[in-house]
Amino acid sequence: MSTTTAELLKGAAELFPDEVVTQAHVRHLDLPFGAGRFALITLDNGFDHTKPTTFGPQSLSNLDLAIDQVEREAADGGIVGVGVTGKPFIFAVGADLKGVELLKDHQDALAIGRGGHEVFKRLAGLAVPTFAYYNGAAMGGGVEIGLHCRYRTVSAALPAFSLPEVFLGLVPGWGGCTLLPNLIGADKAVSVIIENSLNQNKQLKGVQVYELGIADALFEGADFLEQSLLWTASVLKGEIVVDRPVIDRGEAWDQAVARGRFVADSKVHGAAPAAYRALDIIDAARNGDLQQGYDAEDVALADLIMGGELRAGIYAFNLVQKRAKRPAGAPDKSLARPVTKVGVVGAGLMASQLALLFLRRLEVPVVLTDIDQERVDKGVGYVHAEIDKLLGKGRINQDKANRLKALVSGVLDKAEGFSDADFVIEAVFEEIGVKQKVFAEVEAVAPAHAIFATNTSSLSVSEMASKLKHPERVVGFHFFNPVAILPLLEIVRGKQTDDASLATAFAVAKKLKKTAVLVKDAPAFVVNRILTRFMGEVQNVIDEGTPVTVAEKAVEPLGLPMSPLVLLELVGPAIGLHVSETLNRSFPDRFTVSPNLAAVVKAGKRGFYVYDSGKPELDPEVSALLRQGDTVLTEEQVRARVLDAVAQEIGLMLDEGVVAEAQDIDLCLITGAGWPFHLGGITPYLDREGVSERVNGKKFLSPGVASVPA
Amino acid sequence: MPRTVRDVVFVDGVRTPFGKAGPKGIYHETRADDLVVKAIRELLRRNPGLDPKKIDEVAIAATTQIGDQGLTLGRTAGILAGLPTSVPGYSIDRMCAGALTAVTSVAGSVAFGAYDVAIAGGVEHMGRHPMGEGVDPNPRFVSEKLVDESALFMGMTAENLHDRYPQITKQRADEYAVRSQEKAAKAYANGKIQADLVPISVRRTNAEAGETGWGLVTADEPMRPGTTLENLSGLKTPFRVHGRVTAGNAAGLNDGATASLIASEDFARENGLPVKMRLVAYSFAGVEPEVMGYGPIPATEKALAQAGLSISDIGLFEINEAFAVQVLAFLDHYGIADDDERVNQYGGAIAFGHPLASSGVRLMTQLARQFEEQPGVRYGLTTMCVGFGMGATVVWENPHFESAGGDK
Repeated sequence: MSTTTAELLKGAAELFPDEVVTQAHVRHLDLPFGAGRFALITLDNGFDHTKPTTFGPQSLSNLDLAIDQVEREAADGGIVGVGVTGKPFIFAVGADLKGVELLKDHQDALAIGRGGHEVFKRLAGLAVPTFAYYNGAAMGGGVEIGLHCRYRTVSAALPAFSLPEVFLGLVPGWGGCTLLPNLIGADKAVSVIIENSLNQNKQLKGVQVYELGIADALFEGADFLEQSLLWTASVLKGEIVVDRPVIDRGEAWDQAVARGRFVADSKVHGAAPAAYRALDIIDAARNGDLQQGYDAEDVALADLIMGGELRAGIYAFNLVQKRAKRPAGAPDKSLARPVTKVGVVGAGLMASQLALLFLRRLEVPVVLTDIDQERVDKGVGYVHAEIDKLLGKGRINQDKANRLKALVSGVLDKAEGFSDADFVIEAVFEEIGVKQKVFAEVEAVAPAHAIFATNTSSLSVSEMASKLKHPERVVGFHFFNPVAILPLLEIVRGKQTDDASLATAFAVAKKLKKTAVLVKDAPAFVVNRILTRFMGEVQNVIDEGTPVTVAEKAVEPLGLPMSPLVLLELVGPAIGLHVSETLNRSFPDRFTVSPNLAAVVKAGKRGFYVYDSGKPELDPEVSALLRQGDTVLTEEQVRARVLDAVAQEIGLMLDEGVVAEAQDIDLCLITGAGWPFHLGGITPYLDREGVSERVNGKKFLSPGVASVPA
Repeated sequence: MPRTVRDVVFVDGVRTPFGKAGPKGIYHETRADDLVVKAIRELLRRNPGLDPKKIDEVAIAATTQIGDQGLTLGRTAGILAGLPTSVPGYSIDRMCAGALTAVTSVAGSVAFGAYDVAIAGGVEHMGRHPMGEGVDPNPRFVSEKLVDESALFMGMTAENLHDRYPQITKQRADEYAVRSQEKAAKAYANGKIQADLVPISVRRTNAEAGETGWGLVTADEPMRPGTTLENLSGLKTPFRVHGRVTAGNAAGLNDGATASLIASEDFARENGLPVKMRLVAYSFAGVEPEVMGYGPIPATEKALAQAGLSISDIGLFEINEAFAVQVLAFLDHYGIADDDERVNQYGGAIAFGHPLASSGVRLMTQLARQFEEQPGVRYGLTTMCVGFGMGATVVWENPHFESAGGDK
């Protein structure tokens, strides 16, 4: 490594004293079949597989020292080859994100990029053949170390392999963007670098790594390293010749990059730079000039590290990986009571979906009740049919299907169903009187310790509990549709909810594998309140006179999973209207009820668009219903209006103590509404765009949180 | 229903290189079950003609059946090795003769017609599971003088055997040990051993034991080529003051695993599997536990009698060298010279090591190689002494035997 890079790394190491340092152990062995002396480098941070091996500046320096050693040995003829592998179950999972977060100037960021390149490149430059043995999880820089080797093997037991940089807001910048397309062709590289990354960071398994041509040989996990070394010996003796397909550097390359742009556009609508930067490098890499590619990677890395998107991406990653596992404000989990039977009041679609979820995750008896046998039968029938679907797809086996079916039942009589239930959830009509009556009935028959949960989306949990003998047992348990897919669960603490009930609710949420966020009993809780304010403001500008297309396009940079009106269509205009009316009663000065929406609902329309041409176009019937004013705003003006409204609402929610911190707002929006990772939900974006300060006079997050530290 | 006893053959055998037990040993950070799993996988790789679904049994021996040597190792190792779940398995224990007993047990079932083909092997990780770990001997052994107190300590039983045969001196034992090392080194030099070894990847995190990281073991660790009588003469006699048994004329404490394929001869031929040895007879015998090293003698007497053979019919011997004195007692009994070239041609456990319950299959694998090289030999035997006063002997016939070439 050049002195400058060594110095740069040393500087970076000083910035990052808490690095979990990876050692690069060099051990020598005699290859089978007399193939010669071999140096095997093991990457190992000294912890077990629960703390995967990562790379910060000191770790890179360690690898550099190991390469110093094997370089000498290779030059002296002391070894015939060099291999790289990982500790048990882990190869290496790339750059240490904690270190990246600390970087605050372009120079340091450049050092990390260059440092990786300088060290990894030395592997490719050794005088002897190099081999990577992907024994376990390999991500980002871990994958890239292997790409610098001449040969690669992969374990069939490898569970996760990816270049997740674009997902986080980076580019694979330690050679990935340049080497991968030159190894397996641009199209497959785009799949790995762009498509998988933007598809919720989809991971490859060992077999796929082999099939894509990233690895030259695939071996089973039981004796992966032995077989890899035997294979190495055969390669070195010339008994195995690795044959790789010729890469099409012409039209296919163009098509691949174009496909990558299409994928990026459909996911981030140009709102996040990482995917596009990666595609530019892939595009240029077709000439096979590696150094040119590496230089481009360095610059892209440094730019992105100094930009807001990566910081927001890492922030979002930490929210869903860390904060989601330790919900802020949750009581001590030792207070939680066991839940060995679940009651569900109602047997409609929502109730049935909840029954299925509880059944699959808790594997305890689940009893549905409703007002007549037909509804009960229908609910149980739904659950049985869903179990059969899982069986048909091979997701569960026949024994498990039998077990689950035997656990679900439906009865008319609540006393029969709930007398030994530990947890009863209601999903009946959204009307306070109905819910109070239901809970009163349940309280008459359920055990004294039973928790009562409500899936209400807009009613007051405290009010619902107020008429009970034991209101302290009631918690809000607000799921998001589709229940089986969206991770968020807003857990609402009513005025009288006690710690044991709340702890039980969090324990159940964990078993349900949901991301639980503690929320105060406030109107519409978190996600629905923000979405309603957001869509209400979009509706307002339309009502005032801005064309629908302009209003819709104005919020595209937010990278939402769907446009406001498409979302309203999914939710159902009637429900949307109902929620806006509810919030209008609580906060009439900020939440309006759109007369146009009311008209659409009144006309019985279920949506705003028709799709006859293949693309969404405003339904002429809806168009005819619209009564607009004459204030026409530009996209920028619309965006400012909408973002101001969202920033104001979040500011008020934090003032009211609806959640503990802005982080919980973002966690809710990411996991409950699919708001984008690359914006970190919304508050990092509002901070970065100056909206927070404009509206609230301050930022939501401290400097360095989801932003470059000062 | 009429039954025909079927001929049983040794199809193939492999083993891991053997390691030295203890914190600096090559396998210190390697699980025992992984060792035997890798041996089984290698066995299957070497015999691609065998459909794993057809395997009727997996019998794996271990002396200390706890931890990574517990959990019904034959079954769990089968699953870990990737055998179909339809293949059953069990664990077996006859201390040092564990793998040998695994072979004879499945062989009996093959002969009876219950199995067509089975895996038999053994493992002992004496570093992770030192001899005597977790044992709880019944106090009656001592109170009623059922056995001498020395019976539980193998080294002491070897001293007792020296007492019984005063003509077997420390000098003779050391000379025997030196020859064992020489023969083993020669066998390695001639490539007789490596072909049946399974390379094992090993991790080391303790820098005091050597280079850290992953390595690959391709050779036996315990070997001491170049050992001289002088080297041995000064060694301590840990089992008795002024005794005769030393670390030099006994097998060490070792880690390793073995696996073999045992089948009916018809099955082997129909499936294109090699036939390396044909089973002739096997026997086990008990002796006073305090002289357990005497065990091979009555076991061999019984086996020869069953087979209708005499010792002079045996052209090759693979005797486990737990202690030199025990081999010499056997040789003296049959009037065979200490350096008879029919005995342990590749050297023995004094050089390679003796991971208790795994060793039986090592003897067989080596005898099978010798059969192949020496078609003039018709019969050979594998024998070993066993803790608590036992001996175990298997007599084998050489399928490569050419009657014109000789009659032994």
